[in-house]
Amino acid sequence: MSSPSSQSRKRDPPTPASEDPLSPPSQRSRAHDTSTELQPMPTSPAMDVSLFSILQSEIDASSPLMYGTPSSRVEGTPRSGIRGTPARQRADLGSVRKAPQVDMHSEPVSENAVAGSEQGAGQRLVIWGTDVNVGTCKEKFQRFLQQFTDPNSREEENAGLDLNEPLYMQKLDEISVVGEPVLNVNCSHIQTFDADLYRQLICYPQEVIPTFDMAVNELFFDRFPDSVLEHQIQVRPYSALKTRNMRALNPEDIDQLITISGMVIRTSQLIPEMQEAFFRCQVCAFNTRVEVDRGRIAEPAVCRNCNTTHSMALVHNRSAFSDKQMIKLQESPEDMPAGQTPHTTVVYAHNDLVDKVQPGDRINITGTTLIFYLSCLLFSSGIYRAAPMRLNPRQSQVKSVYKTHIDAIHFRKTDEKRLHGLDEDGEQKLFTKERVAVLKELAAKPDVYDRLSSALAPSIYEHEDIKKGILLQLFGGTRKDFTQTGRGNFRAEVNILLCGDPGTSKSQLLQYVYNLVPRGQYTSGKGSSAVGLTAYVMKDPETRQLVLQTGALVLSDNGICCIDEFDKMSDSTRSVLHEVMEQQTLSIAKAGIICQLNARTSVLAAANPVESQWNPKKTTIENIQLPHTLLSRFDLIFLMLDPQDEAYDRRLAHHLVSLYYQSEEQLEEEHLDMAMLKDYIAFARTSVHPRLSEEASQALIEAYVDMRKIGSGRGMVSAYPRQLESLIRLAEAHAKVRFSNKVESIDVEEAKRLHREALKQSATDPRTGFVDISILTTGMSATARKRKEEVAQALKKLIQSKGKTPAMKYQQLFDDLRGQSEAAITKDMFDEALRALADEDYLTVTGKTVRLL
Amino acid sequence: MPTVHDWINNPLGVVDGLFAQSNSSPDWEKKVVEYFKEKLKLNDAHTWVPSLNDVPLHYLKPNSLVKFRCMVQDMFDPEFFLGVYETNDPTSNSKQVKCGKYKDVTEGGQVDFNSRNTVTSERQTFYCVPIPGESQWNSYAGTNQARVVPSTSYVPNRHKRSYEEDDEMDMQPQQMKDVSQGAQSSAESHGNTEPKRQETEAPSHDSSPSHCTSSLDLNFPLPGEKGPACLVKVYENWDSFKLNDMLEVFGILSVDPALSVIADEREASSLLDPTEGMETVEEQRVHSPPASLVPRLHMLYAQPLAHNNPLLPSSATENNDLSSDLGELASVRAELLTYLTHVLMGDSLAAEYLILHLISNVYSRRDVLPLGKFTLNLSGCPHSSPYTEHLYKVIQQLVPSSYRLCMSLHNMNNQRMVPRKDYTANRLVSGTLQLASNTSLFLDETQLEQGQLDATGVRNITALGNLISWQKVDYDFNYHQMEFSCNINVLITSEGRSLLPSDSQVHLRPTLNPPNLEEYLSAVQVAQVPSQLNKYRIYLSVARALNYTISDEITKAVEEDFVEMRKDDPQNMSAEDLHRLLVVARLLSLSHGQNTLSRDGWMKAKQLEALRISRTPQQKCVNGNEP
Repeated sequence: MSSPSSQSRKRDPPTPASEDPLSPPSQRSRAHDTSTELQPMPTSPAMDVSLFSILQSEIDASSPLMYGTPSSRVEGTPRSGIRGTPARQRADLGSVRKAPQVDMHSEPVSENAVAGSEQGAGQRLVIWGTDVNVGTCKEKFQRFLQQFTDPNSREEENAGLDLNEPLYMQKLDEISVVGEPVLNVNCSHIQTFDADLYRQLICYPQEVIPTFDMAVNELFFDRFPDSVLEHQIQVRPYSALKTRNMRALNPEDIDQLITISGMVIRTSQLIPEMQEAFFRCQVCAFNTRVEVDRGRIAEPAVCRNCNTTHSMALVHNRSAFSDKQMIKLQESPEDMPAGQTPHTTVVYAHNDLVDKVQPGDRINITGTTLIFYLSCLLFSSGIYRAAPMRLNPRQSQVKSVYKTHIDAIHFRKTDEKRLHGLDEDGEQKLFTKERVAVLKELAAKPDVYDRLSSALAPSIYEHEDIKKGILLQLFGGTRKDFTQTGRGNFRAEVNILLCGDPGTSKSQLLQYVYNLVPRGQYTSGKGSSAVGLTAYVMKDPETRQLVLQTGALVLSDNGICCIDEFDKMSDSTRSVLHEVMEQQTLSIAKAGIICQLNARTSVLAAANPVESQWNPKKTTIENIQLPHTLLSRFDLIFLMLDPQDEAYDRRLAHHLVSLYYQSEEQLEEEHLDMAMLKDYIAFARTSVHPRLSEEASQALIEAYVDMRKIGSGRGMVSAYPRQLESLIRLAEAHAKVRFSNKVESIDVEEAKRLHREALKQSATDPRTGFVDISILTTGMSATARKRKEEVAQALKKLIQSKGKTPAMKYQQLFDDLRGQSEAAITKDMFDEALRALADEDYLTVTGKTVRLL
Repeated sequence: MPTVHDWINNPLGVVDGLFAQSNSSPDWEKKVVEYFKEKLKLNDAHTWVPSLNDVPLHYLKPNSLVKFRCMVQDMFDPEFFLGVYETNDPTSNSKQVKCGKYKDVTEGGQVDFNSRNTVTSERQTFYCVPIPGESQWNSYAGTNQARVVPSTSYVPNRHKRSYEEDDEMDMQPQQMKDVSQGAQSSAESHGNTEPKRQETEAPSHDSSPSHCTSSLDLNFPLPGEKGPACLVKVYENWDSFKLNDMLEVFGILSVDPALSVIADEREASSLLDPTEGMETVEEQRVHSPPASLVPRLHMLYAQPLAHNNPLLPSSATENNDLSSDLGELASVRAELLTYLTHVLMGDSLAAEYLILHLISNVYSRRDVLPLGKFTLNLSGCPHSSPYTEHLYKVIQQLVPSSYRLCMSLHNMNNQRMVPRKDYTANRLVSGTLQLASNTSLFLDETQLEQGQLDATGVRNITALGNLISWQKVDYDFNYHQMEFSCNINVLITSEGRSLLPSDSQVHLRPTLNPPNLEEYLSAVQVAQVPSQLNKYRIYLSVARALNYTISDEITKAVEEDFVEMRKDDPQNMSAEDLHRLLVVARLLSLSHGQNTLSRDGWMKAKQLEALRISRTPQQKCVNGNEP
């Protein structure tokens, strides 16, 4: 697109005192219109334009290509100051107007005094139908911009700004540097500054926002008289506190500023929407412009110049268009009541908001600040268009249903930040003060830990420690960042493996957890492939664009990934878990896309023993046949075994029977309900960040040293730094349960206890009965290793005792060794011993013969 | 009875009257609902209301009160409409305030959109379909009753009122008799043999050929379903309705041709002008289909249905009446058991389990665990013989709604089971697993042969597995899944042990070996007198709805017993087994019409289970890993 198009956008700058905030173009002078239409058409417009631009900065349409996208509009001539900067029509505010909209200067203005704004003595005029006084409103907003500070700001976009200086003045500075003429204003800031102004903004956004625009531009060009902007600054308010669930929208919200959250499911093609129509008289070539009002154009019936009727024809090339896009927004699944289908709403994005959001990929746009409109009424377009031509017999009959849509003013993607950090502030707002008070009251109870753990999956009997482990997993540790020192992020998520006999309700526990957490994923090892877990690259059949489709692990970022039948997973699938479970990232290198995705997910896995029944004579590794490299990444490994004990049976029977006959109410009394538990966890996760106290760190050190000591007595290592990290995480999670920002020694005690319990179950060497961490870390207990060495030594002795025989029969050697040794020696053990000796370069095995070297 | 005619034939007149009286105070809306509720309560008044299920649409008078027994298949977005509006008559220049509730289009004069009297209100639209899989005896019982009705509504309005009244008067006693006797008479008149039924059935479907010939997909969950679909406009409490709820809706029928014309014109114009309306053509078709195909129904009042058995009073409140028949239950049970034993070729144990299965019902959920479900796997069914087909026919005759799903490879790979959201048309495309509560799903695994399951097949198997284990279906919303809990009785017939999980597996052990299976089975079926069948149908529905408790004393005893059993054989008595035992005991007691578990009942349940397990010992070991 050539420069003419940029010129075409130039508009008469509105003078602050007299301009109409909604429709500046209507005010412009059109004295030169007759001259422009004489110019030659597309072939060589550039020269004319430059000429005109020197003469006047407000040349109108001259190019056949009028509908340029914002980005294609190049800066034309240098200009500065508020008068030199073109105002851009705000399609987001005025595309469709409801009912009689009275411009405050062109229509009679009611003379009501605005209560509470007495200071503007001469400015008692308000916009028709509202209580907005433009002067006062502008003054208030300018004061807000100049004075508002937010020392506690945690918003990411304010990073790098001095929080003690007026926030928005710094943003204006930013605009003058960056040149992007958009000012995002947080509505809650306005509310804390001036509640009345906020109320007006919410109730009359169509009137108030243009006033804000005016105020900002005045202020900006006062400060930076020389700066050059593409168009005048537009104010974009966001996160209005009247945040609504899509379901809660009702007729009262029409024409108000609202914020709703949802998921984009479809976006339309770009639609050029006519803002201003250009008509030319066929007889005398007189030009006129008509602005689009409420979606229609009033075609001039008579030429003002020559008084010919019906001589005006629309010239498309010279009409003004703006970009528009339809977006379908669907309720986010978290907001939905059970048993209902999600609602959808139509959203229109205008100008530079077009193509800001994409459908799918589970994008949640929240914080979208939107105006909720009643669109052009009722008439189906067919009848409406037909009306002037022929009298439709049914014209008076109108389908009595409105079309509704929302005009977007500001988009905010909630999950965009997931790539960088955590979107914790977004979730926090969900709780009302009362709810928080209830949660805090619960947290203050001394037995909150037990209460919560018993509330977890009440239908599953006992397994108290496992439930406690899962509870701590749900809370998670504190995120620590060591990127500065080069170690990257420390994992804060707790990983848990449940193994045990079939039919011990492992799947049920997983299902429960999956239903409890907002970002949970449930997969079964049998059905999932590596691709299904991680991410894959797909070519979109329509656009030929490569699209990254994310799998369960990425989707459960900041949540829990429940993997059932962990043992039935293929090795290649399991291997992707290595990276996820320690580094918490996923690396993809496929089809030219190389990236690292965050997968800060806790893994809750369930595995069945290989022999279908748990063999108590074998170690955990032998029972479930999982690589020890993976096992060592689990903080807690629990065995869910069927305890064979009469007292337990009795309690179990009682529990189950009561499950079947107690009524719902009785159960409610006993347990916290699921919703409460959900809220409690969500609150703790977002607002409690415990740190280790001096006392606690001492206790942790002692605990670790103790763990090391146990093993060292018997010449084995019983704890590794990984275990220490696990302990820290568990202790932090326990502090979170108490809503405490400090990890204290009781937290460490519980972490120690739980860790010990889990170890006792999973890392006990069945041969010796001792807890031996090396079972999990190296896959073999220390005693087993010792045994292996002994066999190898015995074999070596045997061979040496045979004297100088270079080669021996394999079978013969095996029989000899078996005869000699007092303990039973299996073929496996013999093979292992041979391999060990081969490693020492003492012998080689070729087929059925063993040769000495 | 002029009033009857007023409120059935011209309910909008009543609404307008009440609106005019109210002087625009907002409580007129409540009054309207109250008025119709009162009217319907009066001695069986609801039976006079013509039913959309049975009467072909073109026999029904527009803007009259009708009822519709249906299932909520989809929920559309809420819409804003003109609740109250003012019209401007250009000829007389007079203004008039009118009410737009229960109407699709405005009437009379130009609407003044800028009037201060305009009230915008909100309503919700549900897409409703007839309850999927309703058995023929069920809908037939309905049609029989309604067959009389068309004569009235079919009478053109021009007829003198007196004539119509007489007609109505004549009919009412007849209808009442019909209802009081149950469908006994109706069942006697037909339903003796299969071919005969189909013969009588055929004409009634032919009378409404528009339903099947249309190119419009009416989105029925089950393939081959027929019947009217309906857009139900709900004005209040729409949050209390859930997807797949069974409802009996009383509402004002709206088939205004203007609706379809608008839709047509829009369609044409939307091609010209894509910015207008922003709805795709598909969306148009789905959300505003021609009213002649998908009528609109403005809901005045809806009754949630606990069951769809026409032989029982529809409201669930009359539980007391049900228990009065308890004495008779025992004898009916014995007869049913004999019948099923014959059907199952002399296997009384399998028959016993089949009864338990048929009365099972998810009565409660504990977090994720559904309680009371009892999925039965009948293994040992002969392959490649029409046996399963016959078995299904028997079950179809007993339960109000059912569906047989042949698990052939082709079906598994091609059928759409899980409902899926179509974002282009903005609707929930139904699948076979979108079923109402207490539907019997008959999975025929004998049809499954060796071969390759593709991605759809695997997904379908997973969906079936989830349905059986958790009684939920995860609907596919493209970007995410949404869980909908359900209550479906699943019966699996297979040769060996089914590949799907089940609560209980019974291996069929026939004692009879009739030379010609088919002949034998049809003979068994024919032997059942229709009145007998009706007794069974009532029995099954009643037994399912009974309340059930366990006394503390029995609880103790059960606990003791469990501990003992664990001592004897810890391997074969796990928590899982106790779960099953408790369900069996519950269902066994209910099937005998007992409200509470007795010691005797517990022992019987144990015996039954022991007998069943003894039949399938070798299979238990194979079942090493969890399903």
